Amino acid sequence: MRRRIAVSETASPVGSVFKAEGVTKVYGTGRAAVHALRGVSLDIPEGDLVVLLGPSGSGKSTFLNIVGGLDRATEGRVLFRDTDLTALSDARLTDYRRRHVGFVFQFYNLIPSLTAEENVELVTEIAEDPMTPAEALDLVGLAKRRTHFPAELSGGEQQRVAIARAVAKRPTVLFCDEPTGALDSQTGVEVLKVLRDVNQTLGASVLLITHAAATAAMADQVIRFSDGQVASVEHNETKVDPSQISW
Amino acid sequence: MSHILSPLDIKLLRDLWRIRGQAAAIMFVIAAGLALYVMSDGMLGSLKETRRAYYERQQFADAFAPVKRAPNYLLEDIQNLPGVARAEGRVVGGAIIDLPDVSQPITSQVLSAPEHGRASLNLLHIVTGRTVDITRADEIVLLEPFARAHGLNPGDSILVTLHGAQRRLDIVGLALSPEFVYAINPGDFAPDDSRVSVFWMGREAIGKAFDLDGAFNQVILEFAKDASEPAILDALDRILAPYGATGAYGRDEQISNKYLMEEMDQLSKMAVILPPIFLAVAVFLLNIVLTRMIQTEREQIGLLKAFGYSNVEVGWHYAKFVLAISLGGAALGCLGGMALGRMIAGVYQQFYKFPFLIFAAHASTFVISIAVTSAAALLGVTFAVRQAATLSPAVAMRPPAPPDYSKTAKVFRAIERYVDQPSRIVLRGLVRRPVRAAVTCLGIGAAMALAVMMRFNQDAIEYMMDVNFDVMDRSDVSVTFIEPQSDAVILELKRIDGVYAVEPQRNTPVMMRHGLAEHLGSITGTLPEPTLNRAVDTDLRSIYVRSDGVILSEPLMEKLQLAPGDLVTFEVREGRRPTIDLPVAGVANTMIGLPAYFEIGALNRALGDGPLVSSAYMQIDANKRDEIYRKLKDMPTIAGVAMQKESRDAFQKMIDEGPGTFRYIFTLFSVLIAVGVVYNSARIALAERRRDLASLRVLGFTRGEAAFILLGELAVLTVLALPIGGSLGYLMSSYIAKAFSTELYQIPVVLSWNSYGIATITVLVSAAVSGLLVQRDVNKLDLVRALKTRE
Repeated sequence: MRRRIAVSETASPVGSVFKAEGVTKVYGTGRAAVHALRGVSLDIPEGDLVVLLGPSGSGKSTFLNIVGGLDRATEGRVLFRDTDLTALSDARLTDYRRRHVGFVFQFYNLIPSLTAEENVELVTEIAEDPMTPAEALDLVGLAKRRTHFPAELSGGEQQRVAIARAVAKRPTVLFCDEPTGALDSQTGVEVLKVLRDVNQTLGASVLLITHAAATAAMADQVIRFSDGQVASVEHNETKVDPSQISW
Repeated sequence: MSHILSPLDIKLLRDLWRIRGQAAAIMFVIAAGLALYVMSDGMLGSLKETRRAYYERQQFADAFAPVKRAPNYLLEDIQNLPGVARAEGRVVGGAIIDLPDVSQPITSQVLSAPEHGRASLNLLHIVTGRTVDITRADEIVLLEPFARAHGLNPGDSILVTLHGAQRRLDIVGLALSPEFVYAINPGDFAPDDSRVSVFWMGREAIGKAFDLDGAFNQVILEFAKDASEPAILDALDRILAPYGATGAYGRDEQISNKYLMEEMDQLSKMAVILPPIFLAVAVFLLNIVLTRMIQTEREQIGLLKAFGYSNVEVGWHYAKFVLAISLGGAALGCLGGMALGRMIAGVYQQFYKFPFLIFAAHASTFVISIAVTSAAALLGVTFAVRQAATLSPAVAMRPPAPPDYSKTAKVFRAIERYVDQPSRIVLRGLVRRPVRAAVTCLGIGAAMALAVMMRFNQDAIEYMMDVNFDVMDRSDVSVTFIEPQSDAVILELKRIDGVYAVEPQRNTPVMMRHGLAEHLGSITGTLPEPTLNRAVDTDLRSIYVRSDGVILSEPLMEKLQLAPGDLVTFEVREGRRPTIDLPVAGVANTMIGLPAYFEIGALNRALGDGPLVSSAYMQIDANKRDEIYRKLKDMPTIAGVAMQKESRDAFQKMIDEGPGTFRYIFTLFSVLIAVGVVYNSARIALAERRRDLASLRVLGFTRGEAAFILLGELAVLTVLALPIGGSLGYLMSSYIAKAFSTELYQIPVVLSWNSYGIATITVLVSAAVSGLLVQRDVNKLDLVRALKTRE
């Protein structure tokens, strides 16, 4: 059994899932130093669907990687509920990802030697209170394709398997870095619908990076990045259904 | 810079640097194989050339014909035989040397010194001092290694018993002789400088000492060009038969030369058996490395072609990459081979007494090494290179489809129900590339086989020692008599204080024939149930020696193409020279020589002799050893004394100094192969799975869990390789035992469980270390970057 760690289990009373305070990220040193983030402070409410927008190099992916526990901030703090992620050891960060975080990537990152169902099982086997792989695949509408290998699935289907894999553990937050980037508009919308459903039915916070500005319409909150800083934060009063979105 | 190296060449160098660990591992595997080749082939050439030059300079005889006593005038008849260029009669005898600081009697051979003024054969190579003055009866030239072992020099004198009479002889020179390049006492496994003695004295003096005035007891011959050896040997036997000839033989039966030829034969076998294994493993590794490289560089290849590079240019680029590694390995191997060669030349010089022996690999050895390595490497990667060369640019620039595993699911379905997803990834990885998995497994197996073979060497030697000294020959001392003696001598020996037991033997030279097969050897008459020196079967149970049939050693059965019950003809070459037909009554296990056993009484009757013995085996009280030796030195009938413990010690010493050193080198080689295969396979697996592993890490898998998927496949293959390699090692050991067994000694196929255990540990540790090296890279995996890149 894995060692329990001090990442707080319950939602914090203030209702924030993440609190970033002056987060800076510098790659390299001296002249070659690149400032990817220059003091980002943000508050992301529990259960929100948040869209991160911004041009390439604006720092949105770096921010996502840091709050997702894939990378570390050079300066500043990131609180996940009451836990300071910047203070966690490598093993604890792994555990944090294992228990609380779901990832969806532009290039799906499925294991080619495992079927759709097995790719989901990969996660359910190590999660604490997962749904069954069948449930997860049902959630993304792929119940019938569960015995297929990645090579036998279309791009959209592969991405839906990746989402099923990410949500099967009932994550606290779901990070999506350009999940529709490699898909055509119509397939992309299907994927967005799944993400919206996950947000609504499972109550997971969703952080979604996209190039397609139109996607912002389905978010609770839209954060724009520019040059390593937060340019603006907007709250949508009314959210648009993904089927209304196109790009 | 750009003028010296094209951008493609710079890319090549950088690629080599990037995979330097893998490239080095492959180079070492190639180098190990080539070093072995250069060493054995170079040593073989050196031995051949040294032997040729030495024999030529010292006028080494082409044939030898021992007799009991033949008059000198017979030499003229022999000289006139067609095909004989020169014939020389000489005297050969036995003597016992009594050195003040050595309690045991030392058996020596004594020969009439070749006369340097005349055109003699078998000239001595005088190292210090001079040769004997033929007018002096008390001068001798002593075999140099023996003299060195006892600190004897020209000017010293030694006490010698010659044909029963003791006299003091002066050493005037130390010499080497082409007859005694490999000087070994009969019945011994190994030469021992301190116990193998030969000295030469004036023809007249030795003739008088052995009652051979105006006569000789051995003819040595030089053949004319185009002489027929068998015809001359037959003619010699005919002419010399009335004078007690035991059978003429050519150079290839001359004992020192025979050992030398067998050593060269073994070297030539070593040169062709082992290096190809290393080369095959290296070629396989090059293949997987290059295939992977081409896979990851698809887009670059497409780009190059889009820019207008031709298929040949692209193919040549990758071929150069392979050549760089194989030539690097070849160069390293040639250097290593030279170093090994020098080392082994030093070892050889301890056992083969040439005036000089310099290891010099011929240029052709290097040319062959480099050419074969490059050719094998290029041939091995032809398919991969062709794939790169013929890739169409449009296809190359599209990302490859994800690898299709849909067919792999069925294979392990039964097991998969019980294993978790990471284990499934491991199993399916194996199934998807069955050929690669099989060859990887074989590669690790080769390392295992090599490790087993190295241990086999030691096991076989230990077994030979045990069986020979603890089972077959359990005596402490054996003596041989100048002439067959009445068995009263046995009683005389028994009466010596401290002698517990004495057993007689009668040895007589015979030509054995069965059909067209023949063997010139001797037949040994023993008690029906001897306890000191006995014949044993393959289960090491003693064989009852019968009077109605002979017991033959297994290799002798083979040589004469006999089955139990067949009749063998023995033409006795001694005394009345009867011809006896005897059935084969049993088969004996043997380690040295090709013995044939018969009951001693029956043998004596068949020879028409009374109860005679020609040697005796004794068990003695170790505390009274020195007195017993003193008594033996004083017995005029004794020609030689052999001490079992000394034979054993000499053998142990040879093993420790010769093959003993090589044991470590070979173990190192098997480690190189294991590391080469496992490390490379793991690196490739890491390259191919980088993204999968990063994905798993992101999903919350720990480093250990991710490494399991990477290394699990190799662990399975390593475990599978152990029994395969073990069996392969056994087969190779059997082959080597067979190939390296000779008439002089037979190598048994024995492998202890202990040896399999040590080989297993060697391979597992090598694999584990390689795994750890790659695990480090898993730890350094850049999650973010791995995920962003499109495969």
